[in-house]
Amino acid sequence: MKRTPKDLEGAHRKLSRRALLLGGLQLGFAGGLAARMRYLQVDQADQFRLLAEENRINIRLLAPARGEVFDRNGKTLAHNSPSYRIIIVPEDAGDVEAVIARLSKLIHLPAEDIERARTEMRRSPPFLPITLADQLTWEDISKVAVNAPALPGITPEVGLTRIYPQQSDFAHVVGYVGPVSDYDLSKLDSPDPVLRIPRFQIGKVGFEAKREDVLRGTAGAKRVEVNATGRVMRELDRKEGQAGADMQLAVDAGLQNYAQARLGAESAAVVVVDCDTGDLRAIASAPSFDPNLFVRGISVADYSLLTEDPYRPLANKTVQGTYPPGSTFKMVVSLAALEEGLIGPEDTVWCPGYLEVSGRRFHCWKRAGHGHVDLNTSLKQSCDVYYYDLAIKVGIDKISAMANRMGLGVRHDLPMSAVASGLAPDRDWKARVRGQDWLVGDTVNASIGQGFMLASPMQLAVMTARLATGRSVTPRLVKSIDGVEQPSGAGTSMGLNENNLRMIRRGMYSVSNDRRGTGYRSRIIAEGMRMGGKSGTSQVRNITAAERAAGVIRNKDLPWERRDHALYVCFAPFDKPKYAISVIVEHGGGGSTAAAPIARDVMLQALYDGTPPLSAYPKGDRSRIKAQQERLERERIKSDHPQDSDRA
Amino acid sequence: MSYLEYNAKATPSGFRKILYLNWPLTLLLASVAGVGFLMLYSVAGGSFSPWAEPQFKRFLLGMGVMLVVGMVPIWFWRNISVLAYLISVALLLAVEFFGTVGMGAQRWIDIGFMRLQPSELMKITSVMLLAAYYDWLPPERSSRPIWVLLPLLMILFPTLLVLRQPDLGTSILLMAAGGGVMFLAGVHWAYFAAVIGAAVGLVSAVFQSRGTDWQLLKDYQYRRIDTFLDPSQDPLGAGYHITQSKIALGSGGWSGRGYMQGTQSRLNFLPEKHTDFIFTTLAEEFGFIGGLTLLSLYMLIIVFCVATALAAKDRFSSLVSLGVAITFFLFFAVNMSMVMGLAPVVGVPLPLVSYGGSAMLVLLAAFGLVQSANVHRPR
Repeated sequence: MKRTPKDLEGAHRKLSRRALLLGGLQLGFAGGLAARMRYLQVDQADQFRLLAEENRINIRLLAPARGEVFDRNGKTLAHNSPSYRIIIVPEDAGDVEAVIARLSKLIHLPAEDIERARTEMRRSPPFLPITLADQLTWEDISKVAVNAPALPGITPEVGLTRIYPQQSDFAHVVGYVGPVSDYDLSKLDSPDPVLRIPRFQIGKVGFEAKREDVLRGTAGAKRVEVNATGRVMRELDRKEGQAGADMQLAVDAGLQNYAQARLGAESAAVVVVDCDTGDLRAIASAPSFDPNLFVRGISVADYSLLTEDPYRPLANKTVQGTYPPGSTFKMVVSLAALEEGLIGPEDTVWCPGYLEVSGRRFHCWKRAGHGHVDLNTSLKQSCDVYYYDLAIKVGIDKISAMANRMGLGVRHDLPMSAVASGLAPDRDWKARVRGQDWLVGDTVNASIGQGFMLASPMQLAVMTARLATGRSVTPRLVKSIDGVEQPSGAGTSMGLNENNLRMIRRGMYSVSNDRRGTGYRSRIIAEGMRMGGKSGTSQVRNITAAERAAGVIRNKDLPWERRDHALYVCFAPFDKPKYAISVIVEHGGGGSTAAAPIARDVMLQALYDGTPPLSAYPKGDRSRIKAQQERLERERIKSDHPQDSDRA
Repeated sequence: MSYLEYNAKATPSGFRKILYLNWPLTLLLASVAGVGFLMLYSVAGGSFSPWAEPQFKRFLLGMGVMLVVGMVPIWFWRNISVLAYLISVALLLAVEFFGTVGMGAQRWIDIGFMRLQPSELMKITSVMLLAAYYDWLPPERSSRPIWVLLPLLMILFPTLLVLRQPDLGTSILLMAAGGGVMFLAGVHWAYFAAVIGAAVGLVSAVFQSRGTDWQLLKDYQYRRIDTFLDPSQDPLGAGYHITQSKIALGSGGWSGRGYMQGTQSRLNFLPEKHTDFIFTTLAEEFGFIGGLTLLSLYMLIIVFCVATALAAKDRFSSLVSLGVAITFFLFFAVNMSMVMGLAPVVGVPLPLVSYGGSAMLVLLAAFGLVQSANVHRPR
């Protein structure tokens, strides 16, 4: 093919023209790139540099060590122990499922944990670490560490977890901690950033929850340089946090341990108040549970076992449970009458077995009647008619006021969950709450601690301490915070007539030490340790007309949940009161039979600060008591050797 | 113009040819590759392995290839253009059937001693074929529809094969480079206007078809487009590349953090930091000045290629030199636009700097063609 030079000349010129044009376009584009580069690198440099720093530097919070809790003698109730956990970074792991499968061949991974980890992984970006397994043993961690090459993205980590060495003994007092939940966060306006630390533990129940403020401490922080996967390359600086304050409780772990064991399988509670300081020496509620279960995350099966138990192991019956105080309230009524000067010790009331009040017949517990009854006899034999009569004379408002002075119907400020205030009703209360007028029948019911009257075992113990000392003893749970002694609960004189108090105490002495007293069978015979007490039996049902017609039904013929509550309050030594105790056995029957022996045993344990000599018990009881002591010694939780809390 | 028309006596011969190599171009290529070694050394955390050393060896091999190609008379290359093109297409088909899947795409073919990426080879052989075609075609026919259709098929057939791999970046490069050569060869404006119109139509079709049964791109390609348009909507997922790359680039400032001082690349925030995103490391460590220097080096390479083309006496030499220049330009322009957030992430390396064997060898061989055009120009 032959071409003319002219053609070629033209084509070449066109090519050169277009080449220059295209070259120009390219130059223009390069200029655009340079401008863009300038914009990013010069105009916006500061902003991007900041972003780069944010990329690179990560502030990691350092969880503070939670304050530890001790009993009054320095025995550990709650402490922190290293816990090993396994973290997975999904991005580093690659095939997450394969890695999990390999890991679960090495160590036991509960299906629940895996499922929870999967949910977390779906919600968070793939470079964030997620806890796969918690509370592992050192052996498990070693296995994982040895097999690290086969487990990409898996890192063992060490953290702190809460341990309750006393197990169920202090479940209701100290409570327990658990990982922060979304619900916890939603309740707070501006949550402490430390709560965002994965698996950070906060108090959920009891003392742990109530004194979260001092126990938690403040978070430290470290600035670390991280790479794109969030892996820490080096630490730039670190500011240690402030550990939480150590707390010493007024409770005596040994006594608490005994009390808890003595209550055994009953649905019951016992409170021991130190009359000198208001210290709660023991505050036991049975049945109990192991708080360590909750720290790990309790299984659904274990939890429903606890919630479905009719004996309500999760409820703290000492402060949260309120019961009609029954006859233990009679001291308050008599004291109100004495202070008003309405009765003297010699005044008597005729008890025919009932009292007719505005056309309705109120029975004494003793159908045959007590005959002529004076103050001392009324307490000793717990005559109801005497108090019906007395209460009508005194009037409910005075009784209610006296009850409040004794610490009933008022809330004692204790750092425990759901502290109940109980109820000491008066006219005003009924008008306000029920919108009804107070009836004289209400006063009659209140006089024997029934009707609207409600008190918690802790309140009854405080009442007993106040009767025993004449001072406004207030309960104290925390002995010291970080070594700083907390104010004593000894209280000051309540300004009551000492003679009146003495008469009441005399009556209580008779209850326990007079052959005809209701608490005589559970007396203490050691000299200098004798106690004053008062039994109570409170009805939990209304006696129907049909039942009344059929006569008294014996308690043990009733289903458990309709039986009477058994109560007993006492103080000792009589001459120089040291401890005041209240006991309630839910649906236990009579106070003198079900509650008084427990109160006496706990009292002796407290007085002797350990197992009492058999000589303190009445002669006839000693062999039975000895057997009981031996049995309890076996059953008591050996807190000196806490169970291995690792996952088996 | 056939080889008979060359005045063999007017072209250098023997070892004298070495004197007539385009030495400024050679030096520029070596300096750009030198920048590459520096950066690969840096992103490896101050180590020759695993990237800088193999890259250097490949560069030496590539320079050898370039010199050999440059010594061989340009008409030889013109005459084997058709054969080279056919071999490339055959290899592309081979990849289609026997290729190895790497990085989610079927791009490699294992030929024993190395893994070959035929799509890289295709970039240069298609330019050669087009240059040879227009060298053969009388200029006055170049705008006739039948003679336009033929080169169009030459471009589109390999493009579709590459797109099937799928490798969007290379297909765009193939089409753009082919179109560029056709434009230079004097094809009428109207065709280009029509193609651009059609492209706009295609783009809208691509978006319209999304989510329907006949959607034209893969889901990941749509996602890349989405995140290109708004990287902030998913800064830790698909938008991660773009966001992080802009952060690294922007934090460089005027003069950069200093060599080996880049934090973003060293801490692995930058993905593909040694391949497609290596420019961000350069920009972070050497700042605006460093980035502009590299851009200027690239543009100088273009300038020398264009100068060679304009000085050439035959159409093949001119067109092949310009075609190589366009291909080279497209490489770095698309790559830089991508890392600066001006274009979607399509997977085009930074020429001569990014770590990668096939691309470097093929590019240097292509510059060998430019050298050959320069050496064998009648003087």
